[in-house]
Amino acid sequence: MDLVGGRVVDPDGPLNRREGLRIVDGRLVEPGDQADLESDLMIDLQGGLLTPGLSDMHVHLREPGYEDAETVATGLRAAARGGFTRVACMPNTNPPVDQRSVVELLLARAREACGVHLHPVGAVTRGLKSDDLTEMAELKEAGVTAVSNDGFPVFSSRTMRRAMEYAKTFDMLIISHAEDEGLKGDGVMNEGYWSTVLGLRGIPAAAEEIAVMRDIALSRLTGCRLHIAHVSTAGSVDAIRRAKAEGVPVTAETAPHYFTLTHAALQSYDANFKMNPPLRTERDVEAILQGIVDGTLDVIATDHAPHSQEKKEVELDQASFGIIGLETSLGLVMTHLLRPGRVGAEDLVRLMSQRAAKIMGWNSGHLRAGELAELTLIDPQATWTVDPELFASKSRNCPFGGWELQGRAALTVVEGRLVHWEKSRAEADSGLLVRAL
Amino acid sequence: MVKRRHLLGLRELEPLEILEILDSARSFREVLDRPIKKVPALRGITICNAFFEPSTRTRVSFELAAKRLSADVLNFATTGSSVSKGETLIDTVRNIEAMKVEMVVLRHGSSGAAQFLSTHVKANVVNAGDGQHEHPTQALLDLYTMREHLSRLQGIRVAIIGDVAHSRVARSNIWGLTKMGAKVVVCAPQTLLPPDIQSLGVKTSYRLEEALDGAQVVYLLRLQRERQDGGYLPSLREYARTFGLKVEHLEQLPPETLLMHPGPMNRGVEAENAVVDGHRSVILEQVTNGVAIRMAVLFLLWAGREGTPAVREMLREGSVG
Ligand SMILES: [Zn+2]
Repeated sequence: MDLVGGRVVDPDGPLNRREGLRIVDGRLVEPGDQADLESDLMIDLQGGLLTPGLSDMHVHLREPGYEDAETVATGLRAAARGGFTRVACMPNTNPPVDQRSVVELLLARAREACGVHLHPVGAVTRGLKSDDLTEMAELKEAGVTAVSNDGFPVFSSRTMRRAMEYAKTFDMLIISHAEDEGLKGDGVMNEGYWSTVLGLRGIPAAAEEIAVMRDIALSRLTGCRLHIAHVSTAGSVDAIRRAKAEGVPVTAETAPHYFTLTHAALQSYDANFKMNPPLRTERDVEAILQGIVDGTLDVIATDHAPHSQEKKEVELDQASFGIIGLETSLGLVMTHLLRPGRVGAEDLVRLMSQRAAKIMGWNSGHLRAGELAELTLIDPQATWTVDPELFASKSRNCPFGGWELQGRAALTVVEGRLVHWEKSRAEADSGLLVRAL
Repeated sequence: MVKRRHLLGLRELEPLEILEILDSARSFREVLDRPIKKVPALRGITICNAFFEPSTRTRVSFELAAKRLSADVLNFATTGSSVSKGETLIDTVRNIEAMKVEMVVLRHGSSGAAQFLSTHVKANVVNAGDGQHEHPTQALLDLYTMREHLSRLQGIRVAIIGDVAHSRVARSNIWGLTKMGAKVVVCAPQTLLPPDIQSLGVKTSYRLEEALDGAQVVYLLRLQRERQDGGYLPSLREYARTFGLKVEHLEQLPPETLLMHPGPMNRGVEAENAVVDGHRSVILEQVTNGVAIRMAVLFLLWAGREGTPAVREMLREGSVG
């Protein structure tokens, strides 16, 4: 397979800024090598970007337990269409990912799916309660490299301390769902002007910031690698920036909705704007953008959280938290970060591929001759209108329906195989040209 | 108002629309003093009172208003338990649609429920209180009562005392009063004031004496006894001592000052007994005016939908019979 006419974007990689790539037997080859071999597929993208496969280190696939909202198969299809070659799925399933058998089930389901790599995240504590630690050594043998109780905070500081100490023993990453449960209470949206106007119970920014600061303090105490999930407030960004300057082993992620939407979106009482942590103020959005630009926030993840329509098409205070994101993430990043010049193409690759791979210990996020091809071909010119009805995800809880975005994945390649190919649309409205020889 | 399909809150109303409702209510208020208190304005129309939260006072007031307008009334009450048993608001909506009612009066414990309903049904929706969001007809009857006594709303000073944070009545009153040019101060311990309340155009005070200074209306909010268990207050006793209205407070107030309350009242908590029963209290008038306001709202929404010049003409004449 030859990919010609596209620019390789792989910061610090040997192929950076070259034109085009050749894949033979699933592996990248040095350009120029085996030039005599006839390619079985030639794809020509003028102005396209060839990047290492995108990674999403924070998704929920709902299997086992809530297959009506998403399954491994549908979630990985959605990932492929979004340009992702690897995703990490969070353990708040039923049963939760707190023992080897559930990890094995997920990996087996992933093998039957479209080819996108799945990395299950294990639970920190059994049953996602705040009591007993999981058997992290065995989880690691089964293929788990990070643990998290995402969806629920580990509310006891003492349990979190023990978890960090124990995780450090096996070089497991702890992913923190930073939330002070008591302070969140039964809040449904950001506490501030709009919660007052709309009469909805508020979740103060401090509910996140207290937990971020606590977990940073525990990381400093234990030396355990800590990753803060879904950062949403200016105060959290500040705390993480200071911790990094001090040398605490902390990394962090945010999600596209935290830099594209504010709490004013809740005016519609549409539950597709209800997420946890909640959409915040303009000032927080500005701080998130700043954190992305200066590297305080390492990663853009989606926190893809599928919910069936029955859980969302209800009164706002009774609706579930969370939105899907796999199929809109790249478009939102390109439209709202790349196009206005807040980040460049190389930053995009770091934010959406390389740093997640490094944090999670995955052998991906780069393009090197001799390795199995794992890449995404991005068409930065393609403009498209978000229509959740067309998504591969089983759920439709997307707040971006009707938004016009510029940029999307035209092609997703895992182990040299096409797992997604936006053929008809790409041919129709972009420079993508495909010749099957 | 005549162009509006629903009444969801006072935040969305223009001052002129509020005036239109208050003026119409005055005509209907006259009807209520007649020997035959009934007009044929909504004959043939079916109004569904859908109450997902118990409130006898509001339901009866809407029911009476509908009957005075000759509409047929369907009462649909559920305590919220059937909702948790799997009957969703959307199912209820579909049932209401199937019954082919023209208007729905909705009372619901969730903020935004009326807006949710309005986007899913063809009927006109009147919000009769949704969660902690708005209770527009209560605020309209309050504005009506103030205007009748003080002859204007522009420039009047209103002190709202009590649990503003959890009160839909307070929110609707704040929107209505500030739009009409009144000066509003809210007074409570910080635990009972919502964040950024000043952005709605009101002053805040933690001291009752300060809030009452020069007030022409003292509006007391009902204090839910659960607030003590929720950790908002150390005790009702301390609340009554520091924020309860006492006879000596009244003595400091201008002679025309009105005492108002949306009811039902916790005697001895929001105010001393002697205050509640005093001559400044217009609490029972509020109840009577509530029927007139609800008649006006139902009528105007329907007239706007029908666009019948004849009914509007009748109204302008002041003779809705
Ligand atoms: Zn999550």
